[in-house]
Amino acid sequence: MYVAVKGGERAIENAHGWLAQARRGDVSVPDLAVAQIREQMALAVDRVMAEGSLHDPDLAALALKQARGDVIEAVFLIRAFRTTLPRFGASVPVETGDMQIIRRISATYKDAPGGQVLGPTFDYTHRLLDFDLADGAAPAPAAEAPPTPGPVPHILSHLGAEGLMQSEHAPDPGGTHDVPDLTRAPLEFPAARPLRLQALTRADEGFLLSLAYSTQRGYGRNHAFVGELRIGYVRVSAHVPELGFEIEFAEILLTECETVNQFQGAKSEPAQFTRGYGLVFGQSERKAISMALVDRALRARELGEDIGDAPAQDEEFVLSHCDNIQSSGFLEHIKLPHYVDFQAELELIRKLRRNAAGLQDAAE
Amino acid sequence: MTPLLQVEGVSKHYGAHLGCGDVTFTLWPGEVMGIVGESGSGKSTLLNCMAGHLAPDAGRVVFDTRMHGPRDTVTMTEAERRWLARTDWAFVHQNPRDGLRMNVSAGGNVGERLMAVGARHYGDIRAQAQDWLGRVEIDAGRMDERPRAFSGGMQQRLQIARNLVTGPRLVFMDEPTGGLDVSVQARLLDLLRGLVRKLGLSAVIVTHDLAVVRLLADRVMVMKDGRVVEQGLTDQVLDDPQHAYTQLLVSSVLQV
Amino acid sequence: MTAAVVHGAPSRRPPTHPLREGAQVTRMSAYNFAYLDEATKRMLRRAILKALAIPGYQVPFSSREMPMPYGWGTGGVQVTAACLVPEDTLKVIDQGADDTTNAVSIRKFFQRVADVAVTDHTTQASIIQTRHRIPETPLLEGQILVFQVPIPEPLRFLEPREVETRTMHALEDYGLMQVRLYEDIARHGEIARAYAYPVRVEGRYIMDPSPIPKFDNPKLDMSPAVQLFGAGRECRIYALPPFTRVESLDFDDYPFTATKAAGQSCAICASAVSYLDEVVTDDAGGRMFVCSDTDYCAARVAAKQGDAA
Repeated sequence: MYVAVKGGERAIENAHGWLAQARRGDVSVPDLAVAQIREQMALAVDRVMAEGSLHDPDLAALALKQARGDVIEAVFLIRAFRTTLPRFGASVPVETGDMQIIRRISATYKDAPGGQVLGPTFDYTHRLLDFDLADGAAPAPAAEAPPTPGPVPHILSHLGAEGLMQSEHAPDPGGTHDVPDLTRAPLEFPAARPLRLQALTRADEGFLLSLAYSTQRGYGRNHAFVGELRIGYVRVSAHVPELGFEIEFAEILLTECETVNQFQGAKSEPAQFTRGYGLVFGQSERKAISMALVDRALRARELGEDIGDAPAQDEEFVLSHCDNIQSSGFLEHIKLPHYVDFQAELELIRKLRRNAAGLQDAAE
Repeated sequence: MTPLLQVEGVSKHYGAHLGCGDVTFTLWPGEVMGIVGESGSGKSTLLNCMAGHLAPDAGRVVFDTRMHGPRDTVTMTEAERRWLARTDWAFVHQNPRDGLRMNVSAGGNVGERLMAVGARHYGDIRAQAQDWLGRVEIDAGRMDERPRAFSGGMQQRLQIARNLVTGPRLVFMDEPTGGLDVSVQARLLDLLRGLVRKLGLSAVIVTHDLAVVRLLADRVMVMKDGRVVEQGLTDQVLDDPQHAYTQLLVSSVLQV
Repeated sequence: MTAAVVHGAPSRRPPTHPLREGAQVTRMSAYNFAYLDEATKRMLRRAILKALAIPGYQVPFSSREMPMPYGWGTGGVQVTAACLVPEDTLKVIDQGADDTTNAVSIRKFFQRVADVAVTDHTTQASIIQTRHRIPETPLLEGQILVFQVPIPEPLRFLEPREVETRTMHALEDYGLMQVRLYEDIARHGEIARAYAYPVRVEGRYIMDPSPIPKFDNPKLDMSPAVQLFGAGRECRIYALPPFTRVESLDFDDYPFTATKAAGQSCAICASAVSYLDEVVTDDAGGRMFVCSDTDYCAARVAAKQGDAA
């Protein structure tokens, strides 16, 4: 007699045991310390923090270790941890004009107050494998110079002073009360720009990169220049009502990108430049530039530009598909058993074939 | 008799640009009104304001509803307007692709309006769809084909059948013969004239083609730069135009 | 589920760092009852109450990231977490069976974070979380059935835009749905939908019953149990209060029929009325049919053995 297959529970336990062993790999090779990942896989850590939307390099490094280097799996671990954390409030908006700059470039001005700073970049390196690195060679000490004193104003502020740049205004000037929170309220359409930016900053880097690329190839083209890309440390503070003043509680590394885009003018507004904006945790300039391009593409409707079939201009399309935890979860669920639905489909196909055969017989 | 449609002082701006300005007219049951003008004259803007696709900046569009008598459709709820759009009103687009579901069969396209108002008997829906396909001269054998495979003229006739199947009391048409070959236009016009006469349709037809107006419309309104420059009985306006612009329009047609 | 009981105060853990201050915080004891904090559960309960008040209407809620992937039942898990009290007895099924991997995984999750009693028996469960089936054993008043929903929007594949589908629901603009069914009959001679067969709730909202086979659709109608539907990734909760009228869409001359494998009965318990899975037994085309609902099947076998003894 047939006996239904049992033992799902034991199979799962055994699989998890195997996973733990596979994660560790060959035990004759030393175990990887979380600190090593944090220090030497810093850009992977930054990406996990950005897409996990939790700034904590140690936890991100641990997640990468636990996920065997699978970045999306690591992001997932961080998100699932983040969701359980209590929420005390929102910080005061960070002032990126006061950033301690480690890198700052502009494609629109050769020179500007504060200068251009290349910083620790892969740009201009020749992509040749460094076999000395395999032997653990220590790098030669880098050249040092005193930091630029004082705040470094944004390059686009010079255009703004001339009235050539569309000005941005905070939805809630000076306050933090009505900051929308994607993780506390369901995303509903149409979404306002603050909510869009929030979704984009934690969006999948690969997805944003492809969308941004598509705008440059003509699918929602908007003529972007990188007005400024800056990477550096900013101070984070919060207003504590009980104390009656702001306290500073962290210093974090951010990447900010502002694009300058032509705008022909419409209705009541004269021709001027408009801005696409990207802001991402850590050193993540590919993501920040992509985000700025997509942000600008999503403003097409608001600016009264022609809307075609370009995916990057379609708010519902972009925001509904940019989150890699949602995307991969749904993609992976098709691995789950679908016996019942498949059985129903099987019966339907058989029945339709019987109907068709019946019709054919009747015709003959 | 109550007018079917009363348009009072309807204006619509696009920023500083005038779409249409201060348009007023009355449509009586069984009457066909033609609106002519060149592109950019505001005739399509006016049509879309009347049909509830655009919200006018000012003015009233009062429709004589079956249930509640004359009602201003501008201040109605969206739900009420949509209900009107699928019962008492019909809208024939210039491009049949805008008015048809291209991935639904011809029969399904005609049946949709019936189902939207509650028809639930497949056989009846199909019989009515078939009847209407016949009336617009589409072979019943093509009922289960998608309109993608149809010629432009057939698509337009299908769109007309889809719109008329529920017996609408007011039909809006936006350049119904635009984009078709001349010989196809003639056949479609002939068909439309037959339907208008037989069913006693009330309609507002926007067109730049004076031949369409001559053949279908009882009255005509001439628009230029968003304003109505002349209106009256079709024969009167076309045979004895008073406004310089209408004279120009009429003479340019005669030259062709 | 007994009346609403609040378990413990909302989580007020200090923001200690699990790595820098020892690995104590991430232990399971640090999680609130049923994993979610009380504020989140309150948000969920409000959404559930609203859903019950407007049967068939999709209530947006702020779905949380859960420690299992979106698409694996996070919506159902959140709804279950919001309903659970310590006195509950939980049953979890996937494809009708208690021992499929995803059912096992979700049941273990709740044993771990809520320490509730679990059961395989439909009659003993106060909450049943399910994916793709409704148990064969009729549900009773007081029971809660929680469905996992992948795509809550029945109009989604006709119209991809959320703004447009919400308007269609609001205005009861459902002609397009019926057109889809019309097209099926025109092409195939019948409505070619085997599962996730759309229903109309109390003559108002069209609802996706989740991917249950259409065989199960009649069980939705006038059920004495509370039926809750959770879609985590899509941030929607909807519900059928007890004794709600649920009709499967059809035409007068092509009425809905609840079908299953034609002319077969279960090879284990011989039931001719339950939904059957087809099992391939060899590579020469041999196959047999067994109950998809394992508890129902086992109970019938046990009853027969009892009779024989």
